[in-house]
Order: sequence, then structure tokens, then C-alpha cells
Amino acid sequence: MNIHEYQGKALFREEGVAVQEGVHCTTVDQALEAYDSLGSKIVAVKSQIHAGGRGKGNLYCPDTGDLQMEGGVKIALSRDEVETYSKNILGNILVTKQSGPEGKVVNNLYIEAGCEIAHEYYLALLVDREEDAILVMASTEGGVDIEEVAETTPQAIHKAWTDSSGKLPTGADSAMADSLGLTGVSKDSFKEMLGRLVSMFVSRDCSMVEINPLVRAGDGAMIALDSKISFDDNASFRHPWRAEMRDLSEEEEVEIRANKSGLSYVKLDGNIGCLVNGAGLAMASMDVIKLYGGEPANFLDIGGGANKESITTAFGIILEDPNVEGILVNIFGGIIRCDMVARSIIDASREVGLSVPLVVRFSGTNHEEGRDVLEESSLEVTTVGTLADGAKAIVAATVGVDA
Amino acid sequence: MSIWINESSKVLVQGITGGQGTFHATRMTEYGTDVVGGVTPGKGGQVVDLPGRSVPVYDTMGQAVSETNADVSVIYVPARFAAAAIVEAADAFNEIKGEGLIVCITEGIPILDMIRCVGHISEMPGIRLIGPNCPGIITPGENGGCKVGIMPGYIHAKGRIGIISKSGTLTYEAVAQTMSVGEGQTTCIGIGGDPISGTGFIDCLAAFEEDPETEAVVMIGEIGGTAEEDAAAWAADNFSKPIVGFVAGATAPPGKRMGHAGAIISGGKGTAEEKFSAFEKAGIHIARDPSKIGEVLVSVLIEAGLREP
Repeated sequence: MNIHEYQGKALFREEGVAVQEGVHCTTVDQALEAYDSLGSKIVAVKSQIHAGGRGKGNLYCPDTGDLQMEGGVKIALSRDEVETYSKNILGNILVTKQSGPEGKVVNNLYIEAGCEIAHEYYLALLVDREEDAILVMASTEGGVDIEEVAETTPQAIHKAWTDSSGKLPTGADSAMADSLGLTGVSKDSFKEMLGRLVSMFVSRDCSMVEINPLVRAGDGAMIALDSKISFDDNASFRHPWRAEMRDLSEEEEVEIRANKSGLSYVKLDGNIGCLVNGAGLAMASMDVIKLYGGEPANFLDIGGGANKESITTAFGIILEDPNVEGILVNIFGGIIRCDMVARSIIDASREVGLSVPLVVRFSGTNHEEGRDVLEESSLEVTTVGTLADGAKAIVAATVGVDA
Repeated sequence: MSIWINESSKVLVQGITGGQGTFHATRMTEYGTDVVGGVTPGKGGQVVDLPGRSVPVYDTMGQAVSETNADVSVIYVPARFAAAAIVEAADAFNEIKGEGLIVCITEGIPILDMIRCVGHISEMPGIRLIGPNCPGIITPGENGGCKVGIMPGYIHAKGRIGIISKSGTLTYEAVAQTMSVGEGQTTCIGIGGDPISGTGFIDCLAAFEEDPETEAVVMIGEIGGTAEEDAAAWAADNFSKPIVGFVAGATAPPGKRMGHAGAIISGGKGTAEEKFSAFEKAGIHIARDPSKIGEVLVSVLIEAGLREP
């Protein structure tokens, strides 16, 4: 689960991580009030969407598609500028390097007091799956794309790892401050912030905290000028406060719906729908469709606890996508029995009015019974024995649709 | 021979009185696994009826290991209690026997819980964790065998191929592929698709290298992380037997989690292409289509002089 910058900064404030004063707004009037209340002549007007790269993104009008403004984060030097920028941001679509070409509608703004910047740094905490630890990464190259820094000047990125209880080794904070060239007040300020961030990462079950830029202000203090926080969804049960922070408009509605039925669904751009049990097999099914010349329309894992209801929901979700011209079902029965899946397919196809070609591959538990159930039904379906045959059959059937 | 489990392994089931625990303890026993007992806190003293035997339930893993002298524990407890169950099992095996295998099937354990678990176990050289979020481990035998997990037992047969995979049903697919060309398995291990887990590809390969009955290995990876690349580099220097490899997720879009918590391409890293090319560089024979794993395996065995053309 991801949260907005303004929510991340509220958490930072609670945890004692230094941030500038700022106000979350959803209207232009609120933005103007915020400007008045902040008492800072210079403010940042920041679009709030979950994708990164907001500063270099562009805003488009949702109706006409016209470019509204370049840059999703603006420095305003006057009340009038706050008004202009807020109008150009709210309700418009922000397209960034990370948002995908369709972009995101901006419903939230953050008005933040300006800050005298002596230098911009990068700081991030994330789970290092290779080291089984929390990794702290810092760089003197802040405010830019960290992946580019990693590519061009990897020596500019400094790393430290926690132990398995989530504590940095003694002296690691000082060493990191030194490697960033921080001294005096700035070094103390950095060490304090890092300590608070590490304990917040653990106590709130984060999976990533990124501050880009982290700035050294004119007076030497270190301030988190940005915040990008992701939480580990598996730990949500012990953090009920997260529910209020969830912005459903940032998530794919269909993925949420799929999730509620125990399905794992990701929409893709192709024309062949897939319904598979198991995440690895679901990916492999997409790969094989592509290998034989087709384009998968989705990833869909029906999970180990699938039943008639969830399979019906799965068919419904696949067919909501107007690009779908055929469906490949690939089931390797283990706990799930293929004959149960076969009966569910028949019921589901009646319920949702299946009108595209259907290819079914059963293997494992009760695969023969499953095939018999399908073949004895009135459903128009091609049954095959292997995934490769299934992929070839559905690709052939959907090419037919195009022609 | 086989790795880590065999027909004489004694197995405990943590969470045996729960729906999943009872169901799978039954299936495991049917397959031939020597299930010797189970653990559910607060239900000590009860008995669970399994096919052909009734086994005792204990309150703690300490009692269960002391009483049964078990070698293996399999965990079917809900995600929020699973990390504590792993640590309890590790402590019990470590204190009482100095060794033990823990197989955690549970999906959805918080990442930081797993970091703590893996750190805890790393100080215990005799303790091995497989999983979490995995189908388990199986060693097919002459009559039945030892199945510790949720995989359908009947698709397997004793043979000479070792199988390692991050995925569940894709492991079954790999098993079916070996069977379709008349090859059975020594041991099949699902290492799980979580970002933080116990046993990895390299641990499995090292064990298969030492196992005289394993003559070739099928290795199934998926997008996310660099475990496949690391294993390929390790195998190039340290593994003498042929490997057939497949990686799932060549068509997965970047930044999207594909079902498994760990299956995500982030910052352009962890793509299937990188993993396939690391496999090729290391001399691993790749199958781009999992339905061709059997075919590739046959040609590899012939090339190695392990099978008649």
C-alpha cells in the first residue's frame, strides 16, 4: 500500500522527522487559505499522486487532452501564483515517467512553506531481499532519478544494513553522514533523522521510505522535502490506522474487486484473457501465449481456495475488458479439482454470457473428469492436454476473430 | 537417496487441529509420510485421527519434539502467528536435537517478521527453513514416500531429477514434464515466492550436488530479486550436474506485483530476460516454454551420456 506525500509528512511529523510546515488541500480556495496561514512568501504547490517524477511531469485537461501546465510541482512566489498553479493542477491529469501514459487525475494538493536549500541529498530505506535486512541508501546526488545515479555513478550511493531486529550497527549513522560530507549541526541532524526513520520503518511495517530530496537548509538542519512511503500489506492487520490513509482512487478498481474474491488480477494490453491457478503458472501462461504469437490481456491467479463464485467473478472480470477476444483456462489441479473447475466454468459462462472462444487445459487432480464434464456440456470449448497446445489453440482462435 | 527428507523422516504438523492442518496431515499420511504428531497451543492432550493412525497433539513444539523425536515440522498456522511458530520450532529443534527442518506453507507473513525469523535461524547451523508461501518439499519413495506440504503426491515418482521452484503449480508442471519423458524425481522443493525466505536456490543446488542419486536438476525461477542470477553464477563454478531452467514472468509489466509478494520488477531490475541470460551464461539449458522442459531435459541427459538417444 502506498500513501501520498502529505500523509507521509504527517507521519514524519508524528515520528519527529523534520519537515516543513504544510497544508493538505483539495480546492483552490483551501490552497489560498493555506498560503495565507503559512506566512511564508515562497511556497511549493505540489500535486499529490502516488507515482513519482511529479516535478518533471505534465498536466493535461481531462476533457480536451490539452497541455495545461508543465511540471506537477511548482514554486509560487505570490498568492496569485498559488491560485494559477492550483487551478492548473486540481482536476487535471498528471502524466509522469512513473504514472504510465494514461496518468492520474490530481485530487489532492499539498502547499508547503519554502525552504532555503544549501544542498539536495537522497535517502531511502527499503527491504533488501538478498541480505534479509533493511537497507539504508543515501547519496549526495539528491533531487534526481536515483536509478540514473546508480547507473552512472554507483560510487555516489552509500549503503548500510540493519541487523535482523531492525537496528543499524553502532556508528553506521556517523559513517553515512561522513560519506555524505555532513559535519557539525548537519551531521547531528542527519543522525537523529536516520535513527527516527529506521525505528519508524520497523514500528509501522514499511516496505519502503524514500526522501528525494532530503535537503540541508541554510542553517545546516536536515529536512525531508519529499516523502514516498509504502507499507507491507501483509502487516496491515496490526496497523488499523492505515485504513484511513488508503486512497482507493489511486488503485485499480477491478484489482480491488478481484482481491475481495480471493483473486489476484492485473490488467494488460493484449486480447487473450487468462484464468490460471497459481501465480507462477499464471505468469508462465502469459509468457507462452506471447511465445506462440498472442498477447495476454491479463494476469489472473484464482488461488488455492477458488470455488464456483470466485471463478464466476473471474470470468466476469476478464470479460469486462473489451479487448478480450478469447480465454485460455490453465488449471493444474492439486487441492483444486479440475471437475469442480469445469462445472464452475459451465455455470459461469451461462451467467456472464460467454461469447468468445474458450480453450481449457486441465492437468493434475481429476483432469479427465474435468474434460469429460466440459465435453458433455453444450458449451463450445476446446480442450487440450498441454499449456503449449492451449496457447497455440487460443492464438489461432483469436486470429480468426480478427480476420 | 534424496535431500533433507526421506521415507523415515518423522514429521510434526504445527496447526494440526485447524482446517488446513488436519486436511493436509491426512493427505500427507495417505501418501506415506510418517506424521508423528501435531502442535496447537491450548489443545495439548487431544488426539487427531489420520488414516491408519491417531496422533497426539501437544501445546508446544518443545514437548512435541521431546516426545516424538521428530525431524521435520510443517507449519499451517495463520499468517499473523506463523513467524512465532517458525521461531518456536527452530528453538525446539535446536535445543533438543541440534538440527531440524521447518517447512512453512503459510502465505502472507509480514516481511519484517520474516527478517527476524531468518536472522534468528541463521545463528543455528543445524536448522533449515523452507518457505514461507511455498508448496513444501517431497521425496517420492518406492512405496509412497515423504510429502511435507500441499502438493498433489500422486503426480510424482521416484527417480533421478531434482526440482527447485519459487512457484507452486508451476512446480507441479515441472514434475509433470519430467514424468512425461519417463523421468522421476529425487526431491522436489518449492522455496516460495516471498521476498524474504529461508532456503534459496543455492542451498538446494549445493545439496543436490552432494546427493549421488540426483543426476540432473530442473530449476524454475520467476521475476523479482536476483536469486536466479546469483544461483546461476554459483552453479557455473560449483555445480557439476546438468540444469534445465525456466523463468516465469517474461510478459509481466514493470512495477506490478504478479500474485507473489516477491514477483515484481522494480527499478528495471529482476526481469525474466536478465535471468534467462544469466542462466545461459552459466551453461544452464533453458526452456522458454515450460511445456518443453521435458524435451530439453531429455536432450540434456543424452548430451551428458545419462540417457540413451
